[in-house]
Amino acid sequence: MSGPADYIFYAAAAMTVGAAILVAILPNILYAAVALLFSFAGVAGLYILLSADFLGATQILVYVGGILVLLLFAVFLSNRISDAKITNPTHFRLPAAAICLVLFGVLSYAGVSTPYAVKKGVYLPTTADIGELLMTRYLLPFEVASVLLLAALIGAALLSRPDRAAPEKGEMEEGKG
Amino acid sequence: MTLDKLLVIAAALFCCGLYTVMTRRNAVAVLMGVELILNATNINFVAFSFFLNRVMGGQIFAVFVIVLAAAEAAVALAIFLRMFSTTGTVEVDVADQLKG
Amino acid sequence: MEALALSLVNAIPPLAGVPLWTVTLLLMVVVAAVILVFALTFEGVGSLVLRKVAGDIQARIGPNRVGPNGMLQFLADGVKLVLKEDIIPANADRLLFKLAPYFVFVGSFAAFVVVPFGVGLIAADLNIGIYYVMAVTSLVVVGVLLAGWASNNKWALLGGMRAASQIVSYEIPVGMALIPAVLIAGSLSLQDIVRSQGGLLGIFGWNLFHNPFTFFSFFLYFTAAQAETNQTPFDLPEAESELVSGYNVEYSGIRFGLFFLAEFGDMFIVAALATACFLGGWNVPFFNAGTLPWIWGNLLSLGVFLAKAFAMVLIMMWVRWTLPRLRVDQLMRMAWKFLVPLTFVNLLGVSLWLLVFRGKGIPGMIASLFG
Repeated sequence: MSGPADYIFYAAAAMTVGAAILVAILPNILYAAVALLFSFAGVAGLYILLSADFLGATQILVYVGGILVLLLFAVFLSNRISDAKITNPTHFRLPAAAICLVLFGVLSYAGVSTPYAVKKGVYLPTTADIGELLMTRYLLPFEVASVLLLAALIGAALLSRPDRAAPEKGEMEEGKG
Repeated sequence: MTLDKLLVIAAALFCCGLYTVMTRRNAVAVLMGVELILNATNINFVAFSFFLNRVMGGQIFAVFVIVLAAAEAAVALAIFLRMFSTTGTVEVDVADQLKG
Repeated sequence: MEALALSLVNAIPPLAGVPLWTVTLLLMVVVAAVILVFALTFEGVGSLVLRKVAGDIQARIGPNRVGPNGMLQFLADGVKLVLKEDIIPANADRLLFKLAPYFVFVGSFAAFVVVPFGVGLIAADLNIGIYYVMAVTSLVVVGVLLAGWASNNKWALLGGMRAASQIVSYEIPVGMALIPAVLIAGSLSLQDIVRSQGGLLGIFGWNLFHNPFTFFSFFLYFTAAQAETNQTPFDLPEAESELVSGYNVEYSGIRFGLFFLAEFGDMFIVAALATACFLGGWNVPFFNAGTLPWIWGNLLSLGVFLAKAFAMVLIMMWVRWTLPRLRVDQLMRMAWKFLVPLTFVNLLGVSLWLLVFRGKGIPGMIASLFG
């Protein structure tokens, strides 16, 4: 599809890459988090343009509604309220920028010059296919991912508990509790 | 919208994420860079899945990457909060000892 | 939408020279404007109805000064909000302070796109309908958090974090309680879910009566959704007497108006999803509205849908003014220790029922007994 689909693609790509650049260079960490939100939204738009409708909605649901909220909570809980503008210095800007530009050049040259066997894309709904594949061919990764999520849940809850006070009477405490 | 343009976009996102990880001192900002890198790889997977005749494995892999990114962010942020409560800061420069 | 644009271009000769995508885009803008007008009207009238219902339940009259019997109160409120002074706290983060209400409003309004108003009246019949609504309403959390922080106010921050953790906790039971409707219809698209409740069974074709587990999941969805949209009895983060009204304490004028409108918009979305998934949507009992000419069929189904949705909104308001507020820890305990396990057991029950009885519900089985 040419015409408007190409304009939408360029707009989504510009939002994604522009917001990513803002994440990299903004000193205020909350502004960087908001820019990250726009980057995630741009990536979700690219997914929809690539016929990955279920994945686009998952991107918004998990990344924007989950991970970004976690990031914001972490920023709020690790700074005092009076730091309305949270700034942090950056080191090694010039060498890092040089390395990243060289890497960008190498990656894009490798991507553009390789003759992939590209076929014309088709736009079909994907939810039913993803569901069926997760239950038949990719069942083991699915179950392993669920065990991993359980471990992450328990680990995160355990790590963020407040420290216990002095050992209770009658308990043998050797080392940390 | 061709495969080349999408690979260039993913490369740009990857390099922005890498720059964020390398230069930022705040641990939460480093995590933001890691999320950008994961998004770049996801774009690559989905682009190849679309242009190589709808190979669904690309999208399934992207689903798993999203799931793992969520789990990793949760645990990493719990570690950062613990670090803040013991040392009073989340600068990555102070976390250079295994003890404590 | 493209088919409609094509028929428009064919019907109106002067439009033949315009490329199809321009017509489609203009049509999308017009449809979005119509939905925006509907949403804003509902939110205005809804605030008036809320105050009248509150007055009835609390044995008083409610607004009765502006217009006949107080009917134009929402216009007066709107004009007041627009004319109020725009105050931004001194040390607040100006950009985030101004940006936060828009996230909340977009998160609420973007869900109107997939609401099935009638037989052919849906802005975009996405094949991930319900999943899209869940994804887009999670944008509200970011707005609430940014509003709480950017106000540079301890109580706003506390209220914002409490509201955000409440919304995120109740998203799980809301999603899990909607899945039985998806399982019965076999599709995430809301039009498919509504059509699957049509047919010859009339009012008993509703998903509410399909099997005991979906009956239960309707009430689970209603409770969890009332909590997710911060309605009493779950409105501790934003009540006027708690934490000085929470995350929107520093907001005045039209910025506060955006939060206020988004709350009513969320209320309508909850009611619309409840009617579409469990109460038969726009289906007219024992009658196929698609057989009528386009305009009468759509008007009839629109009327039926709005009647059911407004009844649900009235029930939400009724519950809001009847039950006392829950404390924050009671809120969280109810979400994680009661609603989440109940919705999972419910989902298991529906799946087993559909497996054992091959997708037929209780009314369907009774009807097949009689032939």
